[in-house]
Amino acid sequence: MSLIKEALKQVLKKPATLNYPIEKVPVPEGFRGRPIWDMRKCIGCGLCSRVCPSGAIEMIGKGPQAEIKHYVDRCMFCAQCAESCPRNAITMSQEYELADFDRSKMVYEYKHV
Amino acid sequence: MGYGSVIKVPFGPQHPALKEPEHFTFEVEGDVVVNVKPRIGYNHRGIEKAFERRTYIQNIYLAERICGICSDAHTTCYTQAIENLLGVEAPPRAKYIRVIIAELERIHSHSLWVGIAAHEIGFDTLFMYVWRDREVVMNLFEMISGNRVNYATNTIGGVRRDIPSEMFPKIKKGLDVLEKRLKYYLDVAQTEQTILKRTSGVGILKPKDAVELCAVGPTLRASGIKNDVRADDPYAAYDEIPFNVVTHDGCDVLSRIIVRCKEMFESINIIRYALDHIPSGMIRVRVPMAVPEGETVSRVEAPRGELIHYAKSNGTMQPERYKVRSPTLGNIPALCKMLLGGRVADIPIVLAGIDPCFACMDRMAFVDLKTNKKWVWTMDELKEHVRRNNL
Repeated sequence: MSLIKEALKQVLKKPATLNYPIEKVPVPEGFRGRPIWDMRKCIGCGLCSRVCPSGAIEMIGKGPQAEIKHYVDRCMFCAQCAESCPRNAITMSQEYELADFDRSKMVYEYKHV
Repeated sequence: MGYGSVIKVPFGPQHPALKEPEHFTFEVEGDVVVNVKPRIGYNHRGIEKAFERRTYIQNIYLAERICGICSDAHTTCYTQAIENLLGVEAPPRAKYIRVIIAELERIHSHSLWVGIAAHEIGFDTLFMYVWRDREVVMNLFEMISGNRVNYATNTIGGVRRDIPSEMFPKIKKGLDVLEKRLKYYLDVAQTEQTILKRTSGVGILKPKDAVELCAVGPTLRASGIKNDVRADDPYAAYDEIPFNVVTHDGCDVLSRIIVRCKEMFESINIIRYALDHIPSGMIRVRVPMAVPEGETVSRVEAPRGELIHYAKSNGTMQPERYKVRSPTLGNIPALCKMLLGGRVADIPIVLAGIDPCFACMDRMAFVDLKTNKKWVWTMDELKEHVRRNNL
């Protein structure tokens, strides 16, 4: 019965849960969301696709003209690609609502400009 | 009891009391459990083989995904093993950061367990409030590492992310809130009749049995045995940080609750000490991609108990063999002992009492649970077994 006081206190308060998705909390700085490639910095070394533990990064072509395909359905947001990139071309964004019913829509393509 | 009075009750692999698939056959006489036969392996994911197919860097994240709750314990153990093989040591600041993350993880894991234990005895009010307050530590994790569950903090040769000093006051504030709440929950656990009636005297594991059956972690410490890898074989910065190994000699589920609650206070004190005494300097050393030939064993005190990783390298960028012995596997023989003589209604709470993590546990192993004998098959023996059974 000792929890009754606690329970009554909570009755007068707002629920502890969030009314998601209507209500959202901002993610903290340094959150590991969807990685984004800055193709102006990318030199096409392919290190990101080699270190990726889940095979979520595909490089098409070679060298400075290579294209990057990022399969967000396989990505586990470990940020190893961003860490390994010699030119700091990859940043982890704050995007996290990435789910979709269609896996083919969960591919992000980056081309050199 | 006459012939036919023993009834076999299958339990799992799909069962509401266990969130993970595992099977137990209980032989009951009336309401009393007389025999327990565990059948493990439903959650086998071939992780150890997957280790052999990936590079050392990729394996950090694979090790992290052996278990969702003790993800940091697995990476600490993995990186320590590989650092051993490489002959490098993490810088002092990295070691302190490892301790901070590991202890925060212990708080989150133990408070999660307190909630689950409350749920198993039908005390959902406590379950809800403990989990509400657990959000404090989850938010701290998100702030420090960028994710609530898979922190990806450890890397071979140190840690990947520094904890800036601006975060220290926030962490300490979070710890103050947690300490206040946890004091309240410890008080509830020791005085609330709902908990006392369901847990005291239930799932008895005598100290002698606990040692003989190789129980680990809070399960062993709740039987009064002082055993903790952090104190016995210090890793990271545990040799520089003072702390007590919490034991309780109740030997029942209640004492497992008390041990875990008190361990959380120890964790809070360890984090406070680590934040006050953290040395400045580098957080990682650069290491080569290929690891020289050798084999090693690494031990870590995960929230559930002693975790052992074994690694064998062959000079390439991928390990030749990797083996994980998770604490839950060590606790299964002890669990079977605890259940004997108990009542059917107490099965869920006794099962939950060891804080089982079957995702961690399920991998290839030959263990005779009756004699606790372990052995390894040669390739020929395995082939012979396959031939004999037409597999």
